Amino acid sequence: MHDLVATSPLGGPRPRTGNFGSVVISECPGWALASVAARRGKEKTMATSAKKLLGFALPGVSSLANNGTYTAFWTGPDQWMIEAPHASHEDLAEQIKSALGDKASVTEQNDGWARFDLTGTGCHDVLERLCNANTRAMQTGAVTRTRLEHLGCFVICRAKNDHFSVIGPRSSAGSIHHALTTAAKSAL
Amino acid sequence: MTQINRLDGGQVNRGTTLNFSFDGKRYQGHAGDTLASALLANDVRLMGRSFKYHRPRGVLASGSEEPNALVELRSGNRQEPNTRATTVELFDGLEAKSQNRWPSLKFDAMAINDRFSNFLTAGFYYKTFMWPAAFWEKIYEPIIRKAAGLGSLSLQDDPDEYDKGFLHCDVLIVGGGPAGLAAALTAGRAGAQVIIADEDFAFGGRLNAETFAIGDQSGADWAATTVTELQALENVRCMSRTTIIGAFDHGICGAIERVSDHVATPASGKVRQILWRIYGKKTLLCAGAIERPIAFENNDRPGIMLAGAMRAYANRWAATPAQQVSVFTNNDDGHRTAIDLIAKGVNVAAVIDTRADAPRLADCELLAGAQVIDTSGRLGLKFVNIRLADGSKRFIECGALGVSGGWNPNVHMTCHQRGRPVWNERLAAFVPGGDLPVGLSVAGAANGEFSTAAALKAGSTQAAAALRDLGMTARAIRLPNAEDEGVNLAPFWFVKHGKGRAWLDQQNDVTVKDVKLAHQENFKSVEHLKRYTTLGMATDQGKTSNMGGLAIMAELAGKTIPEVGTTIYRPPYSPVAMGVLAGRARGKEFHPVRETPSHKWATEQGASFVETGNWLRAQWFPKPGETHWRESVDREVRAVRGSVGVCDVTTLGKIDVQGTDAATFLNRVYANAFAKLPVGKTRYGLMLREDGIAMDDGTTARLAEDQFVMTTTTANAVAVYRHMEFVHQCLWPDLDVQLISTTESWAQYAVAGPNSRKLLQKIVDPEFDISNEGFEFMACRKITVCGGLRARLFRISFSGELAFEIAVPTRYGDALIRRIMEAGREFDAVAYGTEALGVMRIEKGHAAGNELNGTTTALNLGMGRMVSKKKDSIGSSLSEREGLNLPDALALVGFKPTNNNDKVTAGGHLMARDGPVDAAHDQGYVTSAAHSPILNSSIGIGFLKDGANRMGECMRLVSPLTGTEVEIEVVSAHFVDPEGERLRA
Repeated sequence: MHDLVATSPLGGPRPRTGNFGSVVISECPGWALASVAARRGKEKTMATSAKKLLGFALPGVSSLANNGTYTAFWTGPDQWMIEAPHASHEDLAEQIKSALGDKASVTEQNDGWARFDLTGTGCHDVLERLCNANTRAMQTGAVTRTRLEHLGCFVICRAKNDHFSVIGPRSSAGSIHHALTTAAKSAL
Repeated sequence: MTQINRLDGGQVNRGTTLNFSFDGKRYQGHAGDTLASALLANDVRLMGRSFKYHRPRGVLASGSEEPNALVELRSGNRQEPNTRATTVELFDGLEAKSQNRWPSLKFDAMAINDRFSNFLTAGFYYKTFMWPAAFWEKIYEPIIRKAAGLGSLSLQDDPDEYDKGFLHCDVLIVGGGPAGLAAALTAGRAGAQVIIADEDFAFGGRLNAETFAIGDQSGADWAATTVTELQALENVRCMSRTTIIGAFDHGICGAIERVSDHVATPASGKVRQILWRIYGKKTLLCAGAIERPIAFENNDRPGIMLAGAMRAYANRWAATPAQQVSVFTNNDDGHRTAIDLIAKGVNVAAVIDTRADAPRLADCELLAGAQVIDTSGRLGLKFVNIRLADGSKRFIECGALGVSGGWNPNVHMTCHQRGRPVWNERLAAFVPGGDLPVGLSVAGAANGEFSTAAALKAGSTQAAAALRDLGMTARAIRLPNAEDEGVNLAPFWFVKHGKGRAWLDQQNDVTVKDVKLAHQENFKSVEHLKRYTTLGMATDQGKTSNMGGLAIMAELAGKTIPEVGTTIYRPPYSPVAMGVLAGRARGKEFHPVRETPSHKWATEQGASFVETGNWLRAQWFPKPGETHWRESVDREVRAVRGSVGVCDVTTLGKIDVQGTDAATFLNRVYANAFAKLPVGKTRYGLMLREDGIAMDDGTTARLAEDQFVMTTTTANAVAVYRHMEFVHQCLWPDLDVQLISTTESWAQYAVAGPNSRKLLQKIVDPEFDISNEGFEFMACRKITVCGGLRARLFRISFSGELAFEIAVPTRYGDALIRRIMEAGREFDAVAYGTEALGVMRIEKGHAAGNELNGTTTALNLGMGRMVSKKKDSIGSSLSEREGLNLPDALALVGFKPTNNNDKVTAGGHLMARDGPVDAAHDQGYVTSAAHSPILNSSIGIGFLKDGANRMGECMRLVSPLTGTEVEIEVVSAHFVDPEGERLRA
């Protein structure tokens, strides 16, 4: 077991959380991510193998599917991002690659992204100051890619109206966090 | 004496008294007042000076169409020029100043311009100030700009913050008057997502300004009740103080919400304004109508205003501009002003109606068939001079005159996508044409449906129609009874009398005569008329003046008004602060920042950072005692070449390329061969653009048969990824390739120098052999470090030394740099920044962004033979173009000064030792230069014609711009270790 200490995307030893009244904004580094793209001609067999591994069928366009451990969301034609707890699945990409073999290209994305969760009744009021995703219309499990603070981000509706994830490029975690908290102070 | 012109009633809250100042003098008003209404209540009619002639001016209107009453609002860094007093909501402590006057509003020395009006007619500056030509920019223009102008800027940073946001709805309703409110009720009750926006702070539009009843309520009360119902609906968003500024592409509208303009300063953390982008599936324009004046001689005196504005001040704001007023009209609606003001106890001297058969509607003297031919009163109206129906003249004393020439539907937004309005003879006005912006429909007065009942009905009907288009059903709502009078008007645009000036556009000081002059000088097209006279320009965009100009031009040209046409309306509908367009993209927040995994550690080391793209990279790491950056950089270079150094290279783009055709794909993207690169090896690759010019370079490692990791330059990471997606998706979609960026997933450090292996052996887990035999130059491997952390190791070198690049998951990047530096202590390891990196690559003759500058080819870079002819690749064919392969083509070479004290400067051009210094004799240029601490000399690399064959030649390096001229010698670009022995050690 190695002895290197991880830092969160915001650079701290522990994830940062801020309460802004009707919204709590939390840094969520505890998630492993792996991108999965079906190899050409193997889209169907890959989907079957993925279902076996995940316990649910890979979701369709702009949506998310999950069970207790895994969450999968669509990112493009025959492409998904799989999410699982980092503590138990740090080697998520490797696990998926073993299960899918040459049916898929799998890439570790654990640390390519920074995830911030917004919870509370004021989520829409904050997000509408940041991106053009129509969050009010998003049902639980809806996912979209949008520009936020000039950056391409995923916005995921974990629970309708009051739980959203913003997943953006990790190197700009500070800028994204600044944008989120500034908007929260402004809007709430 | 305060508020002597305050009337009874109105919708101001007398319980709240607000103090404010105008030109330093203190006044009081009430909550619900605008600056204009409060000033009128305090008997202040003179509010500004005109643009060109510095004529005394007061309010013309009561809304955002106001051309005259422009003030500088607030002070210090919040001072804002050209603010319309009619839209400024009064708040306690408000400070306003008049503008464009000196030394004071009442005595303005620049009013001398008015005496020279014969010389200052339309287009005067096109005809005068012709000689000498050089004087225009330096002397004439500055003087004219100083004399003619509006407010002044604070020249300080705006202290306020602004947001930008995005809203979505089924129906956006523009305007909260009777039509808009009825539409919102209809759509809101039907469950549609509705946004209703109004520029005013109170919903109701003209309902607040008129005395009509709606059902058994006053218009204002009905509006308030309706808004209360709407606000209770979750699906309706009521946005007051919000101006829809334009109908943009695809049915998207822009809006400015003034969040904090009605308070002295925004609350902490809150913005002043928000720029909203509204995605409405349907937009319903209920923007009402704007009254138009009649032009007559001296019709610009303070106190002369639109009749509708006069009764708005009386009814809504309980203020009258004077105790005795008159009305000048060509239609029945003007009479309402007299009726309402009489009801408020104001003395109405007469209603002057141009129509001979004018009805007597108000309980005061009616002068039918009469016209106002002149006025008097230096700083405010005192008398109007009237020509009666029988031709006799009569003076009437009054302090204010309400003028009505009819109403123009507010078609502005219907034309934002180049739609043209159409003429309606009955209304003598333009109404919306058929070619409307996507998703837009129009209801109420904006559509020429002027009566309250018609507006309510149209709003409701159009909202239902919009919902029907969206597949939703709206049940009809019960509409209350309301006023339903028709328009009774005889078109009348200007009084033909006398030689004095009759003002059309009060903001730009354009007179009837100016339009005649434009016509006389053949500026007859309506667009030429606008540019020549400036009619309809500036902050009000001619909302009250354009029609008058068109009517006069029509008469002069012997055409009808629709034949003359209108100028195009463009967004924004009303002026927008620059700050809100910038939003939060200001100063340090102009763009997002990208931080490297070692950023925190580098900050602790006191590193100096440089922006490369959005990345902040450490430039150098100063040590105590170092007083100049060169000392730090020289030390870092010597340490790397002498022992070992560490540099964060995470910023280089990393693209994961997988798939059974990954090798084939790379073989087509790169000019050199990649198909046979063995697993566990890395290769330098050069990528060409389609036109054969070098695009980017980097190393690509083969981690498996079907997996490569490509490295790009920092600056081109995104462009290369985009290019590869294009190649994959559009050129060869049949290849089995999957691409994804992994730039930020891995923290990557270059560990370079003769002791780099020894250092890394302390980090890399012992089961991995990284000796020269076990891990030769250009090898790559998945390894573990520090007791089991997955990592990647590459044996590649940019510095020319024995070097490695080691990558770990980014979350461990901070820990790893600390661990490496600790492990390197015994070797005096240093951290080095981008400057030392740059020095070392110049010493080694490696090309970088300065050399791959978008004009150079592989041949120029000395890599012509890398473009494989055994295969096809992007850019390969066009790189064979004759012009790119001339015998004396530029070639990458090195330079050092003949005199060691001289400096090689990047950007300088190369000329023969003797002969002229000009473009025709240009031999090439220096792209990169640095001081080499190893050679103890300034060195450079760059491109020289036929450079490979000119080693040892002495040339002049010149920069005519900076006066530089240095003698240099052409040498190999490989200054250090040209044989590459070190990096293979």
